[in-house]
Amino acid sequence: MTEISPSSTPTPGPAGTASAGALTPASQRPPSVTRQVLRRPASLVAGGFLLLLVVLAVAAPWLAPYDPNAQHLADKLAGPSGAHPLGTDEFGRDVLSRMIYACRVSMSAPFISVGVACVIGVPLGLWAAFRGGAVDAVTGRIADTLLSLPGFVCALAIVAVLGPSLVNAMVAVGLAYSPGLFRIVRGATLSVVEEEFVDSARSVGASTPRILGVHVLPNIAAPLTVQVSLLMGLSLILEAGMSFLGLGVRAPTASWGTMLRSAYENQWEAPMAVLPAGVAMVLTVLAFNTMGDAIRDALGARGRR
Amino acid sequence: MSVAVFVRRVLAALLVMFLVSLLTFFLGRMVPGDPAEILAGDGASAETIAGIRSSLGLDRPILVQYGDWLYGATHGDLGVSLFSGQPVADSISTAAPPTLSVSLLALVIAVAVGVSAGAVAGLNQGRWLDRVISGLSGVGIAIPGFWLAMVLISILTISNPWLPATGYEPLSAGIGPWLSHIIIPALALGLAAAAELARHTRGCVADVLDRPYIVAARARGASGFWLVRKHVLRNAAIPVVTVVGLQFGRLLGGVVVVEAVCGVPGLGTLATSAVLESDYPMIQAYVLLCAVVIVLVNLLTDVAYAVINPKLRAA
Repeated sequence: MTEISPSSTPTPGPAGTASAGALTPASQRPPSVTRQVLRRPASLVAGGFLLLLVVLAVAAPWLAPYDPNAQHLADKLAGPSGAHPLGTDEFGRDVLSRMIYACRVSMSAPFISVGVACVIGVPLGLWAAFRGGAVDAVTGRIADTLLSLPGFVCALAIVAVLGPSLVNAMVAVGLAYSPGLFRIVRGATLSVVEEEFVDSARSVGASTPRILGVHVLPNIAAPLTVQVSLLMGLSLILEAGMSFLGLGVRAPTASWGTMLRSAYENQWEAPMAVLPAGVAMVLTVLAFNTMGDAIRDALGARGRR
Repeated sequence: MSVAVFVRRVLAALLVMFLVSLLTFFLGRMVPGDPAEILAGDGASAETIAGIRSSLGLDRPILVQYGDWLYGATHGDLGVSLFSGQPVADSISTAAPPTLSVSLLALVIAVAVGVSAGAVAGLNQGRWLDRVISGLSGVGIAIPGFWLAMVLISILTISNPWLPATGYEPLSAGIGPWLSHIIIPALALGLAAAAELARHTRGCVADVLDRPYIVAARARGASGFWLVRKHVLRNAAIPVVTVVGLQFGRLLGGVVVVEAVCGVPGLGTLATSAVLESDYPMIQAYVLLCAVVIVLVNLLTDVAYAVINPKLRAA
């Protein structure tokens, strides 16, 4: 819970601690934080799990035992067996194969949404903090306005305009997250633009994009990375929710959201079928959060030093 | 909170409300499909469509339409659903009680479970109780509410016939039926929020325990329940209130999918079908309502600070 701040009140919390780490010069930071993150067993496991999902997504055609859309109506809604370790769904499709193929959606969807949020939130946040004045006031009010809507409601409204599809749902989620990211970037930038190296860059005549891109951005990369990893997990849940409602991925494409939908529709016949996709989702979000926490702790330790 | 500060907060909230109304209105107008054609139905003549268009005021300048809509919205007239032809305000007022029941019960669960678990963890830092609570809250944050609802239905309804599976009974039907229908969605929503709250409360309590005034109070001989209640919880409450306010916004978003799972005929269900049917007056009304609620909750959060912390009353 760090991505959104209430419109009128500052929230003490992880974001604040993270931005304290932003003051360290960029040249000293990256290797040490990476090493600190990788030293923790929890983040190693989490990182390994995410890597595994990426491998499953890429190599799905070779790893999945069955065609994810091949129907065998004779053994529909079967429980786990040797032939189908996770059972079959209402069309007799192999759940394990569908789970593996679903990694493709689940691993790409968060990247699309968080990418969209970054493309909008990061440059605007940098610019608003750097220019201040009217630019800051206007963008700030727009962010306040968008933040007065819960992310899911905002995404729903945007999907209503764009039409339901996976890409649209992901773009909508990204748009919904951009004001929160904007806030974080703006806050972090504000503490960096007062630094001497920004002044000296300005005095030798560096252009605004150059100052922001070369001198400021590397120094706010830390809180940004924390936020991005948390948003990854959140957008995974949002994507699944949208797909569950039929506003994201459509059947028969396998995604954890659509699989939960079909498990839900057949819950009375197969109550345990809600487990595979749900557990996979929880573990993935947990992995993203663990990475975020590890990065934040590593940065927090540096800030306190 | 002085009067001047309060007035400034209210004005800021009004500005955000105005911007939200603009955003909502124009977003609604960008929804694909011609409303007049949708209302006229298939095979309607051009004259019929034109007639509906002018009766809806769609042939007038867009800013005039916005003014009309805003005037109507502030007077309880939110237009007519393109799908059912019913006034949107009627559908909203029918759908609001279920959503409100579920969200408020979820919030009660979240605060009761989250704050107490977080406080216990914070007061027992590093001990096994803290480890257990922190571990559980870490997992709880990662659990999507709508999946938890499905798991709860599997356990509490399908495997054991303890609770009704779906639907909603109004409070007027009795507190028992009402509660038995909203407990699963409220638990599903509330427990994830509780996990989040527990984390923050733990952090806040741990933070307060480090402060010099706690050390001073301990030096004066204060201990146990009195110290915790008077010094620790009261000071930790301020950041916790912020998170409670934020969680309410979360709940309002999360309730949409949970309603679909639990068959609650609430605002989320209304909004989902409105999105699928491109029913823009309904979408506009829903988004506007959510924004009004969130802005009001933020305002309340500000007032709550002043009540909890006398220092802020003067500020």
